[in-house]
Amino acid sequence: MDAPVFPSSAPATPRAQGTDPLLGVNDVTLCYTTTEQIVTATWRVQFEVEAGDRFILLGPSGCGKSSLLKAVGGYMAPTEGQITLKGRQISKPGPDRMMVFQEFDQLLPWKTVKQNIMFPMVASGKYGRAEAADRADVYIDKVNLSRARDSFPHTLSGGMKQRVAIARGMAMEPDILLMDEPFAALDSLTRGQMQDELMGLWEETKFTLLFVTHSITEALKIGSRILLLSAHPGRVRAELNELDGVRGDPVRTKEMEAQIYSLLFGQDIHEDAE
Amino acid sequence: MRTNFITDIDPNETLDIAARPVPLLQRLYANSALRRLLVVVVLGAAWQIYGTWLNNPLLVPTLTDTMRAFVTDMGSGIIPQKVMISMRILLTGYVLGILVAAILTGLAATSLMGNSLLETLTAMLNPLPAIALLPLALLWFGLGEGSLVFVLLHSVTWVVAMNTHSGFQSVSQTLRMVGHNYGLNPISYVLKILVPAAFPSILSGLKIGWAFAWRTLVAAELVFGASSGKGGLGWYIFENKNELEIANVFAGLLTVIFIGLIIDSLVFRQIETRTLRRWGMQAH
Repeated sequence: MDAPVFPSSAPATPRAQGTDPLLGVNDVTLCYTTTEQIVTATWRVQFEVEAGDRFILLGPSGCGKSSLLKAVGGYMAPTEGQITLKGRQISKPGPDRMMVFQEFDQLLPWKTVKQNIMFPMVASGKYGRAEAADRADVYIDKVNLSRARDSFPHTLSGGMKQRVAIARGMAMEPDILLMDEPFAALDSLTRGQMQDELMGLWEETKFTLLFVTHSITEALKIGSRILLLSAHPGRVRAELNELDGVRGDPVRTKEMEAQIYSLLFGQDIHEDAE
Repeated sequence: MRTNFITDIDPNETLDIAARPVPLLQRLYANSALRRLLVVVVLGAAWQIYGTWLNNPLLVPTLTDTMRAFVTDMGSGIIPQKVMISMRILLTGYVLGILVAAILTGLAATSLMGNSLLETLTAMLNPLPAIALLPLALLWFGLGEGSLVFVLLHSVTWVVAMNTHSGFQSVSQTLRMVGHNYGLNPISYVLKILVPAAFPSILSGLKIGWAFAWRTLVAAELVFGASSGKGGLGWYIFENKNELEIANVFAGLLTVIFIGLIIDSLVFRQIETRTLRRWGMQAH
């Protein structure tokens, strides 16, 4: 496996001059302060996300992928560089970047499934109450939760809660949907099912997705583009943009997994590493 | 070597034992109102037996004597009148106390200075018994409702503020991020995310505040009695003790207990069932 699989430097992005990418992350350095030290989470990270991309941030823990997602979400300001959405700089959280968290407690416990999905649509003023209710119904059906429409979150399983969170994000039709390891806390059977459902939803609406994961398998299953980050601090290791024909081909997927593993860790994959 | 085997169960058949009704006794035991009633009945029986055995109505009148005094004074309208007087002052002080607490915690949730203000004030004033402020209140507001409302406000505000504040602080980071993600303004953020998320603490603060208000009111009436002949339940208890109508003293105490039970089961429990239990934020 010593043939160069990836070009050593990223090719110039195919873009007409003067147009902005949907999401632009330009030389972003993120730091956070603990009581004892200032930790650099990412160091001059650069990438661009186009409409309809399923863009994956993949890397080992400590590579700053969650921090990057938080920065795109507007929860964290870069110490260097800038993040732009449709050409405008991101300064604070907003409903144009709906977030799906890993934690099951992201749903408001005092609202039913339908009310949870409606709330951001109404609270942000993007949709009227009646329209929000209709949209909520549509997305509840899309994620197969019709029977749980009026249930409260505490009565749902983990997978169902994540479906509600995804429906809530999608129903807003945000510019970009941010997902922070949304399936990491699920059992592996449910995780596989949820990944398939997410792909099904994408086929229907072709939303733009920025997805953080530490699972190579998940990245290859979901992503149309993958950004590999190295750790301490997070730096871009590679950007994989030619993934057509990999997904759905078990042999090529296995090969690709091994290549990604050696790119990330500088050594060949061991059995059952992921 | 083990071999495969297959049983002849019909996978589409439901057996009777799949779901059975809960036995009657177990169902009755699961009813919390019934369990509470049982506690009251046992306590009442113990009281009656002890009172009869002691046979000294000046120390402990029997339950039946107390109930007779209670029914008589209820019928003659004395107790209802006292209850009305006490309740009006109580509610005034309670509502004002909650308003002050709401303003303070709202400030504390949105600014660091407000946070320090609330934490310092509660640390200083919460341990101070409301009754200890009564002499000052009498100086400032004179003998009358003003003084009572002042000490009630003091007894309610700090405990409600403290509970609400600690409830706000324990709202999970994820829910906070969700709230900000929706782009809510600070007031909506407090009202639509923090308040419902912190509702268990807020409700327990309201309950404790209600109990503190009652204690303070009855104690204050015992200390400075009635102004302009319009005393409430505390005054009723004090008056009857002076006249050695001990059964009526007990009737007055019982009234306070009854009102406590009624408010607890009609107001607080209803709120709990409709909110916290429904939302899965409190075990049954």
